[in-house]
Amino acid sequence: MALDLEQLLDDAKNMIADAASPDALEATRVELLGKKGKLTDALKAIGQLPKEEKPAAGQAVNKIKVQVQELLEQRKLILEQHALAEKLAADALDVSLPGRTGFSGGLHPVTLTIERICALFGSLGFTTVHGPEIEDDHHNFEALNIPAHHPARAMHDTFYFDATRLLRTHTSSVQIRHMTANKPPLRILAPGRVYRCDSDQTHSPMFHQVEGLLVDKDVGLTDLMGHLEGFLLRFFDQDDCEIRFRPSYFPFTEPSAEVDIRINKGPWLEVLGSGVVHPAVFRSVGIDNEEFTGYAFGLGVERLAMLRYGVKDLRLFFENDMRFLAQFH
Amino acid sequence: MKFSENWLREWVNPSVDSATLADQLTFLGLEVDEVLPAHPGFSNVVVARIDKIRPHPDAKKLRICEVDCGMSDLVQVVCGAPNARLGLITALAQVGGVLPNGMKIKAAKLRGEDSSGMLCSAAELGLSESNDGIMELPDNAPIGEPLSGFLELNDNVIDIELTPDRGDCLSIRGIARDVCAKNDVSMLLHEITNVPSQHEQLWPVRVEPSSSCVRYCGRVVQNVDVSQASPVWMTERLRRAGVRSINPAVDVTNYVMLELGQPMHAFDLDKLQGPIQVRLAGEGESLELLDGRTVKLSGDTTVIADDSGAIGIAGIMGGNSTAVDENTTNILFEAALFLPEKTIGKPRQYGCHTESSHRFERGVDPKLQKEAMEYATGLLMNIAGGEPGPVSDWQDSTNLPLGESVRLRRSRLKRIIGVEPDAKNVEQILKRLGIGIERHGDDWQVKPPSYRYDLRIEEDFIEEVARVNGFDALPRTSPVHRPVFQDVKETFVPPLAIKQQLQHRGYQEVVTYSFVDADQQNTLRPDLAALPLANPISNDLAVMRTTLLGGLLDTQRRNQSRQVTSLRIFEMGLRFLQASDSVTDTIMDADFHDDLQIGHGLIQQSMLAGLAVGQDKPEGWSAKTREVDFFDMKADLVALLSHASGSNISFGASALDTLHPGQRASVLANGKPVGYIGRLNPGLLKAVDLNEAPIVFEIALKALQAAKLPAASELSKFPQVRRDLALQVDSQIAWADIAACIHDVAGPMVQSVTPFDVYAGDKVADGKKSVAISLILQDFSRTLEDQEVEAEVARVLEALTTSLGAELRA
Repeated sequence: MALDLEQLLDDAKNMIADAASPDALEATRVELLGKKGKLTDALKAIGQLPKEEKPAAGQAVNKIKVQVQELLEQRKLILEQHALAEKLAADALDVSLPGRTGFSGGLHPVTLTIERICALFGSLGFTTVHGPEIEDDHHNFEALNIPAHHPARAMHDTFYFDATRLLRTHTSSVQIRHMTANKPPLRILAPGRVYRCDSDQTHSPMFHQVEGLLVDKDVGLTDLMGHLEGFLLRFFDQDDCEIRFRPSYFPFTEPSAEVDIRINKGPWLEVLGSGVVHPAVFRSVGIDNEEFTGYAFGLGVERLAMLRYGVKDLRLFFENDMRFLAQFH
Repeated sequence: MKFSENWLREWVNPSVDSATLADQLTFLGLEVDEVLPAHPGFSNVVVARIDKIRPHPDAKKLRICEVDCGMSDLVQVVCGAPNARLGLITALAQVGGVLPNGMKIKAAKLRGEDSSGMLCSAAELGLSESNDGIMELPDNAPIGEPLSGFLELNDNVIDIELTPDRGDCLSIRGIARDVCAKNDVSMLLHEITNVPSQHEQLWPVRVEPSSSCVRYCGRVVQNVDVSQASPVWMTERLRRAGVRSINPAVDVTNYVMLELGQPMHAFDLDKLQGPIQVRLAGEGESLELLDGRTVKLSGDTTVIADDSGAIGIAGIMGGNSTAVDENTTNILFEAALFLPEKTIGKPRQYGCHTESSHRFERGVDPKLQKEAMEYATGLLMNIAGGEPGPVSDWQDSTNLPLGESVRLRRSRLKRIIGVEPDAKNVEQILKRLGIGIERHGDDWQVKPPSYRYDLRIEEDFIEEVARVNGFDALPRTSPVHRPVFQDVKETFVPPLAIKQQLQHRGYQEVVTYSFVDADQQNTLRPDLAALPLANPISNDLAVMRTTLLGGLLDTQRRNQSRQVTSLRIFEMGLRFLQASDSVTDTIMDADFHDDLQIGHGLIQQSMLAGLAVGQDKPEGWSAKTREVDFFDMKADLVALLSHASGSNISFGASALDTLHPGQRASVLANGKPVGYIGRLNPGLLKAVDLNEAPIVFEIALKALQAAKLPAASELSKFPQVRRDLALQVDSQIAWADIAACIHDVAGPMVQSVTPFDVYAGDKVADGKKSVAISLILQDFSRTLEDQEVEAEVARVLEALTTSLGAELRA
């Protein structure tokens, strides 16, 4: 009897190990533990034994049954793992293939640059305003202290429609509109298209400017320099970046300054014009010169974008070649 | 303005090198463009004298010269210049020398005769543009010495770009004043002595008060020998300033102008007919200018005239009829002041921007005329002899452009610059600049010198202090800020959000010109009259766009020519409508005009336009591509319009001929047209030079910006039920008709209606199509009973059958 049980366990071990699939394993389970299973038979056989042998025989058979059940469980887990592994192997992809995608869109570098400028000045409380592109003489020139026949008009090659209407030559016209309609203190940025009758490799008849204006109780040249230097250093975000201020002339500011930048000891490049708001401008919009002072500046957007992104030719911004624009995605 | 550094240093010589001097000028606001050596770049050229000269035996035009160049033996040189003559002192490029054009001088034989060097013209040495024979050097030129030493070529030409307010720096003396202030040094003494008159001849001058002239000095100089050459030091300084030497009379006027800033003119006295008259031109009066052109004058132009008529445009250019020429012996010098406000614009009008007009437009020192006259007379007499008469000096003393004195407050100085000024420093700078200054307690009374037209208000003087000290010496500060909250509207969609949404749907933003080709504009929107520019830069940029389509189509053409065939692009920007057109433009409703109005019958409307052409997606391994179509773009547009939840958006029929008649729709906001979508009308392809008709949309930006504040509603706890209807309808019937019919009849339990299949073809009758619809039904208070659902669906079907003749398909 004892020998039979050992044989039975060995057989069961072999049968379980041979079961190659969950189905085969189930058949094995039935063969061993089912109603007509070998172990069941062995249990039944105990009934035939003499009474005094029964407890020991029962214990022995039950011990084997527990072992067989454990073996079945283990085998089941292994088979499940195999099945999963097979399924995973079958599901394997060439993950190096490109993802399923649509066209890649992007914003124009001029937009990217304007947004960056607005974000930086926005952190100082500047808000963005807009104005018309077809302007009148008053807002583009007269109110900015550029009367008719002023030599500064020769600096602006203006597109005209008739005696009164023109394409704005700078976004400074927006500061006039804003100051006429709003009371100080003011902190505004006016980005947008401007137009000059000039076209060659370094000039485009249309380009973009961001005008900035700050009017408050006590604003002077050193504030202008502090803000513009802070802006340029953050905009270019380079270790070796130098900024210098040069006296210049704009009819709508006094004093006036041009700002040059030099990156990595390259050449000095002019990036913006600025100055303390001229009293004549405040007079033209009804702001009291004794109560308020202010500064204004005009940034050339394409100029900044060219320096920031290494664009060599201004015309690329308006040719809209997708191979160029895609470089800003 | 270009000038010789040595010339400037003759007026002020601070102990700084050239580079530092140039930096000083730049940081004074006199921006230095470039500093170039005055030496044109030749070597081994010496002063030499022709001691023997004989004809070349084998060449008519050549001669054999033996020249003394300071060596023990004469050097033989073959020369072809007609002015080569015995005793002439000239320039010899020796063997081994190099000319500015790179030519190396070698010993050679010219038609059998030895030639050891080359006698050079000024042009060959890069010292002149005109090539008229070999150089003629004065008798005092040292034989054998390097030419560069004699001509003082160890000098720089400084080119500065002046802002239009600094007319006073259009002279050596003017620049020197700024350099003096910067370095706190005195100007070196330049005594200009009065030249006593040697006769009594005065030429009469009459100035009309309406003219631009407020001062006119004249002086007759008799018996001048204009055949004399101007001295080399003068012609060299003129050359370094970019001025050509002409004759002593003209050279002297130019020299005085460059050094002192006073433009002058020399008339041939014997060609004058009667008194000088400074008056306004007669309308249409004609004048032959010095440059040979004849111009018709306008009545607001001041001219110099005599009894024969106009003989020059005042302060701009003289006339031919009274010009100094080689036969001139008697001269009338003019040193006048013409007011800037009456001169500005005239050079442009007549196309003659001259050194003189450049200065008069910006303002010439009203106290300079007599001094300049004396200086010019002295210089001329040294070169060409002559006997000067007395100086006539007419002036309208009440109208001389002299600035008033103003108060300069210490407190204002601090406020405008931002730092507390040092009184001593302020006074020192202003004095060096020639500004009159008197202290009044904390403040000053300051008076501009006559040559500074740009110093009129307190701030002008404040700038002088900051400028001379240097902006870079100032601290960087930040002003006190009392921030206030800005509005953050949830119901306003900012333009960037719209751009980003298109970006994420695969569109590339482009920026195209706001002015376009008139023909293309007319092809795309013949119903709108585009506003033309008076002075367009070219024909293809001549009118303001009334639609953004043109730029997108141009972009398509340009990219397709570069083999980029699939495009999704958009642009945001203004279009420009004349008010009369905006009334008739039914495509965009007036409610969505921007507030960028300037009056004058013009509307500037912010638009958003898009274009898609080519494949619906990039080519890839996973799915086939197809042509992008109307519904691809409609999906993009609807996604954008989901922002515009503040308006009731719908699509309607469009009659815009720009678009394909069978593939176009109008976009309506609250029932009013705000834009359109469709395929470009293939009939226009040729006119717009394209091969493929793209899908396009254009919409008023404002229609996309009105969002609705989200208002949350309760969620139903009860299950939803779906019922599908397969209908057959006439193919003319639009989905919008079906949707509207269902909308009219369905009760609140119908939550949504979706077409999930549309089919026309073999399996339906001709003229019919099949439309499969799903209805989602749900109630908020209970689970719907089957009978209720069936009854609702039956009602919908009934309405579709009755109104649209729909049949339920088996």
